[in-house]
Amino acid sequence: MTLKESTRNPEQAIARHQVKAGDYFLGEIKQGQTFRLVDLEGNQAADVLFYNAKDPSERYSAMDTIRHQGNLYLGAGTTLISNANNELLDIVADTCGRHDTLGGACATESNTVRYSLEKRCMHACRDSWMLAIAEHPEFGIHKRDITHNINFFMNVPVTAQGGLTFADGISAPGKYVELTAKMDIVMLISNCPQLNNPCNGYNPTPIDVIVWN
Amino acid sequence: MSKLIYTTTLPGNGHWSLELRRGSLMTITDIEGGANVGMLFYNPRNLLERYNAPDTLKCQHTFKLERGNCLYSDMGRIFASIVEDHSANGAGNWHDTVCGTSNARSVALRWGQRDYQTDRNQWLQNGYDAFLVELAKYGLSRADMASNINWFSKVVADDAGNIHLDTGNACAGNSVSLRFEMDTLVVLHTCPHPLNNAENYPFKPVQIELGEADPVTADDYCKNFRPENQRGFQNNELYYLAAKN
Ligand SMILES: [Zn+2]
Repeated sequence: MTLKESTRNPEQAIARHQVKAGDYFLGEIKQGQTFRLVDLEGNQAADVLFYNAKDPSERYSAMDTIRHQGNLYLGAGTTLISNANNELLDIVADTCGRHDTLGGACATESNTVRYSLEKRCMHACRDSWMLAIAEHPEFGIHKRDITHNINFFMNVPVTAQGGLTFADGISAPGKYVELTAKMDIVMLISNCPQLNNPCNGYNPTPIDVIVWN
Repeated sequence: MSKLIYTTTLPGNGHWSLELRRGSLMTITDIEGGANVGMLFYNPRNLLERYNAPDTLKCQHTFKLERGNCLYSDMGRIFASIVEDHSANGAGNWHDTVCGTSNARSVALRWGQRDYQTDRNQWLQNGYDAFLVELAKYGLSRADMASNINWFSKVVADDAGNIHLDTGNACAGNSVSLRFEMDTLVVLHTCPHPLNNAENYPFKPVQIELGEADPVTADDYCKNFRPENQRGFQNNELYYLAAKN
């Protein structure tokens, strides 16, 4: 795990959005712009998808990114790769140390399987994404484009025996990750409302999105 | 298998798709050793419901697929259960679902350009194009391509997360059997795993047997493999509440 601090000053940012737990962010980031996701209170999970702004069928691919870097975990130095083998973004700073791209997003449907059938109506990341794409048809993103995402600030270690564990405790208040866009991209964030597992410390909290030119 | 209906062999750079009914059994056998089968699943009644690798892994707290595991859709349902999983050397199999599929560029870099004019049916097909061809037959496109399964391919990770393809267990005679718990559109190819570094393009054929599975009993291994799977089966039952098989 490599920690890398940023020298960027939030006072020089061109935009700052706060995304409350259970809300979404959907917006464009231009090529060359850098943004920071800040885990304001710690223990939060930010479930994020990236698209080529001109064609959402080109998008972040967990599989291609994993294969490209020969490693399961994301951190400073990782380049995020699209399903068309293009470079979407670079992770340029990271004070958390490791981010997950295996575990996917929570959904009301998978909550029924993971926890109990009675959890069907608890709010979940995929519902936030569904609302985002329904409220913003101008982005041209459809349900078929909602795929295997990144979970910033989450730690999901794999064991040599092939186990998958949901660890905790890497992120903390104020930890952040910073990415620079290598093409015009659309970013879709669900700030995870999950109440059933420790990914949010059972207490979902807000994140900040800070954008620089 | 209670009733075997059809047997076929696919060559090592092939692709195929078929719709299987709930209760079908599919057994895939690695004939020569070192085969890879890329596979995707869709609900034929709602093609927006498809195989979801993250849900499959996290529901069952696993990085690999093996006997007992169920293959989940993004809607909390189970397309298929891995009811048998045999390795010729006695150990269980280990199947990958995070490394995706080869593409024209990666195959060309390793083994040369795909060229039907020169190579005819020995051309160096790649998994991505093979999936695209099959998906288009159902009105699907790259936007519909999800993280796929790679049967027979063992990908291991070290503590730092570095991955590699472990070919030590890729024996002739390895087989895996899927019992379909929903009507399912299966899209598959037999192109090499994307981490395969063999000197020559590995044309590795597989045998595919189709039949009818024995009914799911109360003590079913997959259903009881984890409490999550019991709930997944309940979701399937709910889905078929109004349908008679
Ligand atoms: Zn979530």
